[in-house]
Amino acid sequence: MTYVSLLSPVVCVCVSHFVLIGRTSAFLLLHQARAERFFRSDHTNNWAVLVCTSRFWFNYRHVANTLSVYRSVKRLGIPDSHIVLMLADDMACNHRNPKPATVFSHKNMELNVYGDDVEVDYRGYEVTVENFLRVLTGRLPPSTPRSKRLLSDDHSNILIYLTGHGGNGFLKFQDSEEISNVELADAFEQMWQKRRYNELLFIIDTCQGASMYERFYSPNLMALASSQVGEDSLSHQPDLAIGVHLMDRYTFYLLEFLEDIHPASQANMNDLFKVCPKSQCVSTPGHRTDLFQRDPGSVLITDFFGSVRKVEITMETINLTVPGIPLERFGGEPHTETALAYVDQLPVAQIIHQKPKQKDWHPPDGFILGLWTLILLVFFRTYGIKHLKHIF
Amino acid sequence: LSIRPVLSDPEKQRGRSAAVAIAALVIAAGIPLWWKTTETYRAWLPAARIGELEALQLELRVEVEVVFARGTLSPEQQKKVPASRITYESCCKSKSLCLVEADHALHTLTETSCGSVVIYIIPEASALLPQDMRVYVGRSRTALLRSQVASVVGAGLPEVLAALDPQMEQVLQTMSFNHQDVTAALTDRLRPGLSTRDSLADSMRAFKSSPGYEITFSLLNPDPKHHQLHWDVEAALDAYIYPLLHKMAPVANFSVDSQILYYAVLGVNPRYDASASAYTLSADSLAHVINPVEARLGSNAASSNPVLNFLLYVPDSLHSPLIIRNDQKQEVASNAFHSPRWGGIMVYNVDGAYGNDTQFPVDIAIDMSRVMGVFLSQLRLMLGFQQTGAPPGFVLEAAGREGVAEWELDRLLWSRSVENVATASASITSLAQLLDQIANIVINDNIAQQVASAVTALQAAVAELEAGNLALALEHSREAISASERAFFDPSLLHLLYFPDDQKFAIYIPLFLPMCVPILLSLLKIFREVQQHRAEKRAKRD
Repeated sequence: MTYVSLLSPVVCVCVSHFVLIGRTSAFLLLHQARAERFFRSDHTNNWAVLVCTSRFWFNYRHVANTLSVYRSVKRLGIPDSHIVLMLADDMACNHRNPKPATVFSHKNMELNVYGDDVEVDYRGYEVTVENFLRVLTGRLPPSTPRSKRLLSDDHSNILIYLTGHGGNGFLKFQDSEEISNVELADAFEQMWQKRRYNELLFIIDTCQGASMYERFYSPNLMALASSQVGEDSLSHQPDLAIGVHLMDRYTFYLLEFLEDIHPASQANMNDLFKVCPKSQCVSTPGHRTDLFQRDPGSVLITDFFGSVRKVEITMETINLTVPGIPLERFGGEPHTETALAYVDQLPVAQIIHQKPKQKDWHPPDGFILGLWTLILLVFFRTYGIKHLKHIF
Repeated sequence: LSIRPVLSDPEKQRGRSAAVAIAALVIAAGIPLWWKTTETYRAWLPAARIGELEALQLELRVEVEVVFARGTLSPEQQKKVPASRITYESCCKSKSLCLVEADHALHTLTETSCGSVVIYIIPEASALLPQDMRVYVGRSRTALLRSQVASVVGAGLPEVLAALDPQMEQVLQTMSFNHQDVTAALTDRLRPGLSTRDSLADSMRAFKSSPGYEITFSLLNPDPKHHQLHWDVEAALDAYIYPLLHKMAPVANFSVDSQILYYAVLGVNPRYDASASAYTLSADSLAHVINPVEARLGSNAASSNPVLNFLLYVPDSLHSPLIIRNDQKQEVASNAFHSPRWGGIMVYNVDGAYGNDTQFPVDIAIDMSRVMGVFLSQLRLMLGFQQTGAPPGFVLEAAGREGVAEWELDRLLWSRSVENVATASASITSLAQLLDQIANIVINDNIAQQVASAVTALQAAVAELEAGNLALALEHSREAISASERAFFDPSLLHLLYFPDDQKFAIYIPLFLPMCVPILLSLLKIFREVQQHRAEKRAKRD
């Protein structure tokens, strides 16, 4: 026997030089067509992280913003298992809500965005900067359930939508803390280091929103904001019956734009940049694409807002039908069927014939011992130690 | 002359020594104490070894055994090769069975360890392989190569081996790994453009290396009023799927479950095609089928492992039969499609099982072997066994019921080991960089321990890859990746304590300035008095 060892991977052999038989060439063409369809974009799944950073009744519009984006994203195909929704969720059941269990996004109560299938993953006081950063970077405690995690991989496109009150370089979370643009940029860099996203679209609808994406430095990020530094994002319309402003302008026009998108639509990002010009929004929306590798004109809206799966026809199958051979069981003998019955919900027999249970005897615990020691000490101090010999 | 309170000399001396003592205490004890108590605990990390990881060079070694059959070498060459008797007699009835039997017999003769390859050189004139077949790759790690350097007269053994080199290289590239496989395993660490589109498509389709996977088989019955479906999924899983998963045990853990969903509909309306008298789904509409169904599928809430879904859809009686058409409007034989990194869907038509005037609901038993044939091939694609295009003249024996051939598994193990090593080293280096950058992150002992064990396991994996022990290398790489993931994703490493320097000053100045100002001023005063005293003394002397 001779041993030949091959060190290090060798240069590949080009297959194209060989003459191909007819059948295999057709296969190769089909393979190429499949490969073409794959490479329009690099992603295989979509995720969305929608965060509303405000609470209290007068911030109704922020919750309505987030819920409207949630509805659109669900309508376009992203399932609940791939959406992380963080809301304070104190609007629908608020005492001041004249129509409980609803959150409207249009005046005259035309559109109830709360619906009956909203799945809020982080609600109430769980919406904190820490939880938001933990979701993004993946550093969650092991007991966190699947629905609260962002389980993206290197071929996931993620949509991140933030709304609330913000300032130059920071975003306020629930009136008690704030996240700075540096922290956000660092979190995205950590996501990139672990390849937790393929491409990321960041939309922010707050005052001075453009300051939040100034510090990004990781690749494949595209960002949109509702206003520039020094400008305020304004709300759209109040509803006189509910008594608060229902939505912010940028998100309102964003939603109008998204209502025209369906899962097979070919609208691209350049159309999204034109949403809400200064005449409608009063503030100047901004966007940032220098970190993004593809041309925005070739990026479809459904690449981020929807979930259009790549699909391949299964060409090869394995022939498992061998006639005459019964299925062998793998891993041992077949288990017999045992008859199953329900456990008694109300153990009547035990209740009727109840005997007092024999409790195990435990030695007296510290409290009782201490109490008795105290009593004895007081007794002997008052009446003298000579009584002790009568005891022992 | 300003009026100052006159202190007597001893009082002044006491005052001075008190001020000096307090200043000494503050400087000698206070500052170190403050420094120590405000410093963050950072356990020691092996920074030097982590630095070495950045310039990691991978060397992959395959052990190849070359066995020359009788008639391939001239007698002089034969003398140089250590010989052993292997006799194989066969009485085969047909050519094709003969080959499989031969392969099986040869496999039982030699012990092949994981990752190694045995190549049998058979003479040019041998009837074992058909005329146009040059290489036959069996189900285990053996290959039969028809030698074309039958007798190079006078040449020594090294020349014979050198002449066989290009062909053996081709065999090894098919059976073990080639340049494309390795770059595909490293796609996310490489610059784009280095890998071909086919290998990129393969890497997009297969799941990334993960410690565990969950596989869910679902039967979708939209029409329980008409179809009463019975599927013996447990027996089918035992017979067809578990052998494959058992073989993949060194790669990952698998958990399998199954469910039946009633009244689950596809999201698209199929169109009726009169020419085929069937309802058709075109290739374009397939992309929109998955999303409405996925909402109802559910998954295990306790684990964060990736989920593979395999759906069997039995169309309702109004829309039967339902066939899938590809881009060229042709019928697809398997009637199934799959989505990368998600799973597969197969449409199973049952309209042939009953006529028009049967009593509904009809009991229908599903042919699980047909279904599992499709699911098994989809599962293989999802797990990373690519559709290898065989070079011309090669014949690769299909794995059949076993699910996967041993050399295919070896291929996967090679690429998984490389991927694990690359990912683990990237995690460790980026974690070390992050911890370096942010000086006030606390590094607990358990993180340091995880990092150290990850680095050790990585170095062991690289050493094993160099030595050619694939199974051990895979084990070490799995250890490395799980330790590095645990270290990287530890919940305590949140850099929320981002204190820019101006905030630090804003906190400390109101505390320390009122305390330090009197001390400094008194020290200055003492210093000035001492200087004055010295000047007076000098003046007195002079």
